[in-house]
Amino acid sequence: MTKLPNWADVVLVPLVSLLLAAIIAALVLLGIGQSPSEALAIMVKGAFGSASGWGYTLYYTTSFIFTGLGVIVAFHAGLFNIGGEGQAQMGGLGVALVCLALPWPHWTVALLAASIGAAAFGAAWAAVPAYLQAKRGSHIVITTIMFNYIAAALIVYMLVDVLRPPGQMDPASARFPKGASLPALSDMPLLRGFFAKVNADGSPKLNAAGEQLYSNVPANVTLFIALAACVIVWFLLWRTRLGFQIRAFGKSEKASQYAGISPVKITMIAMLISGGLSGMMAVNNVMGAAERLLQNSAEGAGFIGIAVALMGRNHPLGVLLAALLFGFLYQGGAALGLNTTIPLEMRIVVQGLVILFTGALDQMVRMLLVWVFSFGKKGVA
Amino acid sequence: MDYATLMQLLASTVRLGTPLLLACLAGLYSERSGIFDIGLEGKMLAAAMAAGAVAAMSGSAWAGLFAGIGASLIFAALHGVASITFRGNQLISGVALNFLASGMTVLIAQALFGQGGRTPPLEGAARFNPINLPFVDAVRDVPLIGPLYAEVISGHSILVYAAMAFVPLTWWILYRTRFGLRLRAVGENPAAVDTAGVSVVGLRYAAVAITGVLCGIAGAYMATALQAGFGREMTAGRGYIALAALIFAKWRPWQALGATMLFGFFQALALRPDVVESVVGRKVPVSMLDALPYILTVLVLAGFVGKAIPPRAGGEPYVKER
Repeated sequence: MTKLPNWADVVLVPLVSLLLAAIIAALVLLGIGQSPSEALAIMVKGAFGSASGWGYTLYYTTSFIFTGLGVIVAFHAGLFNIGGEGQAQMGGLGVALVCLALPWPHWTVALLAASIGAAAFGAAWAAVPAYLQAKRGSHIVITTIMFNYIAAALIVYMLVDVLRPPGQMDPASARFPKGASLPALSDMPLLRGFFAKVNADGSPKLNAAGEQLYSNVPANVTLFIALAACVIVWFLLWRTRLGFQIRAFGKSEKASQYAGISPVKITMIAMLISGGLSGMMAVNNVMGAAERLLQNSAEGAGFIGIAVALMGRNHPLGVLLAALLFGFLYQGGAALGLNTTIPLEMRIVVQGLVILFTGALDQMVRMLLVWVFSFGKKGVA
Repeated sequence: MDYATLMQLLASTVRLGTPLLLACLAGLYSERSGIFDIGLEGKMLAAAMAAGAVAAMSGSAWAGLFAGIGASLIFAALHGVASITFRGNQLISGVALNFLASGMTVLIAQALFGQGGRTPPLEGAARFNPINLPFVDAVRDVPLIGPLYAEVISGHSILVYAAMAFVPLTWWILYRTRFGLRLRAVGENPAAVDTAGVSVVGLRYAAVAITGVLCGIAGAYMATALQAGFGREMTAGRGYIALAALIFAKWRPWQALGATMLFGFFQALALRPDVVESVVGRKVPVSMLDALPYILTVLVLAGFVGKAIPPRAGGEPYVKER
């Protein structure tokens, strides 16, 4: 088989995979008697058609950046961490415990402490499967899956029996104190104008006192932490000794061991970073949006991290773009749920298709492209 | 805990262990041939939905069973194409198919019945009902053995007995037939099988197809025997527990029976908080009991398996030299 040019491998393969996934998704919609073009229009309008749509899209994007980065750090060490969901839920527990512990004086202090709490809880939840993989040879895929279920049960227990304030019916923690409330994008001086509410005739919408009104969006300051995390992960993986060791270990365990890299150490460190990043997601959804810990707070974002990592070709920049794409799919899918009879589960179908085509059938796409490219060459000759 | 309670627990162990056993044997064929399959969960779920839907529409549990097997085979074929023909990552393919099953089952059930992603409740011939083995009433009053026979051994659906029969059958296929020898060989050293003039691809597709059939039966059992209809995410991680049982059993059929019944017992315990309380002596939160099978799975994986060595060529796509 001839090789593809580099640019085609990096750009064309994911795009064609995405296209194939989209075609199958359209067929699925046709199969359940819905119109794919109408659905796409509603999704685009819902995700990008308004400032508040953008606010939700970027909110989901932030979460997916964290879980996607978590998956790629483990991937580079040759480890498949399916436990992002449980790690993100445990991160939420960490955030809740930190936020409820003190009457925080200012959100910057609370943000710092909560980030550490989220990362520590997420990392701790990844540590056990990592240790079992490194020391006992228990397959990390199975143990991380089991830890997802255990995390879900543990959160239910914490919410029902420990964190629930007396007299409250629904299983949730108390509201976080005011000082732990993160500024949303619509609260920030420079970005605020973008979220200004307008009347149908285009004039600014004002309240009774004549002040400008803004849409409330869940996207918050955590977005900038996520963007910084992309840069830090890139630097870690490609510009530090540890990153080199992680990648070498992932490429060939035997060769790296021969070069003096400890498999136990790298497995542990890579999984701790991976779990920490997945846990950090909770700063966005639990602290930034819900402002209290709810059951199933991660809402599947941990699993989407897998799709984001595969789609993003294991690179932080790719993760950023793929997270934006999935943010669009999520917010667009929610718009579908509101405006059509298409169930929300359509999002899971698309997620499965993207993982299938970008992760498992990438060889097929590559063969297809090689075949197409060979036509071009024959034409020239 | 008295004897009658123990019998109840064991009876529900058999009922809950059966889908695990079927899925575990399913995984055994695939993994012995060198194809990792973490998509057991998705195949069971797809089969459960198809079986529930067809049984509801036709009124026949058998029609449901065949529909379940068909749905599971479609997913098995996708996994085969991705991991055998296109040499893709088998773990990722399994994860993808699990998501696909999770979403598609709700989508289709909603499109067909409009009941929030469930299938209508089944009754009568649309379910596999309990079968009473001979002499049940005569033996029931015999001390010790009577209740054991009447409650634990008799009174299950035909799929339970079929699942039990698959254990010796699998042993016989694996260790006493030419196909079984080749299947084990292709999971250890596909190049040797290829040299002997036997098709690696053919053997692996055959194994993946058997996996599909068994997962199909497991899923159909969930929707038409264990429960009366399909509900979203009704398999609740059983495919993964079956995988853990497979590792625990070190990819051998009789040990698979033991492992899955052990996990079935954990699940039965989780359903009886009162029994657990009386044995432990204090109140145990229900959520902890829900987590019990998963915690014990991790403990089993961590400690008691000893060294579980998977088939050597597992997870590696076979590239024929030219």
